[in-house]
Amino acid sequence: MTYSSDAERLLNATHLAEVQGRSLWADARARFLRNKAAMVGTFILFGIAVFAIFGQFVAQHERDMIDFTLIGANMQKGVPSIETGHFFGTDANGRDLFARVVQGTQISLMVGIVGALVAVIVGTLYGAIAGYAGGRTDNIMMRIVDVLMSIPFMFVLILMLVIFGRSIFMLFLGIGLISWLDMARIARGQTLTIKNKEFVEVAHATGVAPFTIILRHIVPNLLGIVIVYATLLVPQMIIFESFISFLGLGVQEPNTSLGALISEGSSNMAYGVMWQLYFPLAFFVLTIFAFFFVGDGLRDALDPKDR
Amino acid sequence: MFSFILKRLAIAVPTLLILVILSFILMYAAPGGPFNSDRPLPPQVLANIEAKYGLDQPFWKQILDYVWNVVVHFDFGPSFQYEDRTVNDVIAQGFPVTLTYGFWSFVVAVVVGVTLGAAAAIKQNSWLDYLAVGISIGAQVLPNFVMAPILLLTFTLWLGWLPGGGWNGGQWQYLVMPVIALSTSYMASIARITRSSMLEVLNSNFIRTARAKGLPTRRVIFKHALKPTMLPVISYLGPAFVGMITGSVVIDIFFSTGGIGQFFVNSAFNRDYSVIMGITILVGALTILFNLVVDILYAWIDPKIRY
Repeated sequence: MTYSSDAERLLNATHLAEVQGRSLWADARARFLRNKAAMVGTFILFGIAVFAIFGQFVAQHERDMIDFTLIGANMQKGVPSIETGHFFGTDANGRDLFARVVQGTQISLMVGIVGALVAVIVGTLYGAIAGYAGGRTDNIMMRIVDVLMSIPFMFVLILMLVIFGRSIFMLFLGIGLISWLDMARIARGQTLTIKNKEFVEVAHATGVAPFTIILRHIVPNLLGIVIVYATLLVPQMIIFESFISFLGLGVQEPNTSLGALISEGSSNMAYGVMWQLYFPLAFFVLTIFAFFFVGDGLRDALDPKDR
Repeated sequence: MFSFILKRLAIAVPTLLILVILSFILMYAAPGGPFNSDRPLPPQVLANIEAKYGLDQPFWKQILDYVWNVVVHFDFGPSFQYEDRTVNDVIAQGFPVTLTYGFWSFVVAVVVGVTLGAAAAIKQNSWLDYLAVGISIGAQVLPNFVMAPILLLTFTLWLGWLPGGGWNGGQWQYLVMPVIALSTSYMASIARITRSSMLEVLNSNFIRTARAKGLPTRRVIFKHALKPTMLPVISYLGPAFVGMITGSVVIDIFFSTGGIGQFFVNSAFNRDYSVIMGITILVGALTILFNLVVDILYAWIDPKIRY
């Protein structure tokens, strides 16, 4: 009788323990959800993503349609209003600013995501291989990163854009070229601490091939820190792209990006058409802010020692 | 120490050579020569022009000549677009300007950033701390191309206190806005790094010992805490330098200061390859040199580094 009840109790207890057992990720999720700034950032990001994806269906005008009746009369007739359908007003060529801001936000988000993806894939693998291989291989691989890092990439990229023509593809290529460097360093540092753990030794002892060890045992353990730095990398990439587009060397007309819109708005601000600066600037600042907050929140959640 | 400097030099020199060769190859690979235009020149004329600039030589001869001239004579050759000036003239004209406001921006960013960060850490959780953290979060999303129009809007268009652009031999009125626009986001980063580094140092054992000995707070901070606090700040100076020199392009455009950034962008639109290459190499050399100085400084301050 007592025996069975004890067994039952034990069974219940193990069952309870199972329910209460919290993985690293569940812990991190709880920490992230408690972080108010990070949650606000997440909501803002969600809103901006919705704006970028569905904004074009709300816009009343095509983004590249020039309204000749508005040229030269932008100050009077291009004012943001609900009635004309130009929610954010129009630019100097009478084009709908709402539709253009939607496209600018799309491009900025895309640049950020591409940069982060390249960093995650190339940077993590490169760093993990260098760290796991160690010795001379590691030395040479990291020296290469050092050399690449001390080159002023913005200038080289502008040189490339001039020589091979300005296009979104070249822009993405340039961003891909630099974004993985920091990540490689971080991944390598982390790999050095992981590779001496017992589970890696066991895998090695049982004859698992080195590359499989890297993919199956090391990279998954890097994921936390990789996610954090990828999130923090996104705003840097957005600033980078906006900088190039601001100079007029990035995304070309009739396409546009937030940097190009800010440039246009700031060159027109002497004419009093402030909405041309305010709206792109607001979306730019909000996006960057939101990514920083989410990134900081993720760092607190996934990398608790760094507080 | 000496061997450490030698070792660093052994990396710096090849890096610079790679940069020179890379930019030359990029230029060589450009589709169409620098003298191809809409109206094709008679072949004899084109051949004469190319002979004048040495473009009829085989590739290896061209690249050897270029590298030799740059490294030995510090001569970047003639401009491809303007008959009457060489790349050296352009650099001589623009570089002092860039160096002046760049130097002040750097000083402002470091001094204000470190002071703000250290004060915030010493008075943790006071209004000063919250103010400093607030400023550094806010300034993070204000890269120079966002800061510049905001400053122009406030101080020139609205208040009318400062001239909207120009250089005028570097009078202070013309220097204020470029320096603020260029330094703000780096000031913020330095303040944040200093704050977290200082907090960590102040909680360490040797500071507790110093306090226990009865040293006055001022002495504890200046004599004991400041030096280890500066280590992460110093390692950030390299990237900050690269960022600022890149940002000078925007400053030159906005405030018409006439630094090398302006020439760089103009040449980028004119496809004036030799000027772009010259400036890229110059900036790269500066960056590499600066990183060298930073590394040596770091090794000199940090007692943990063995060479």
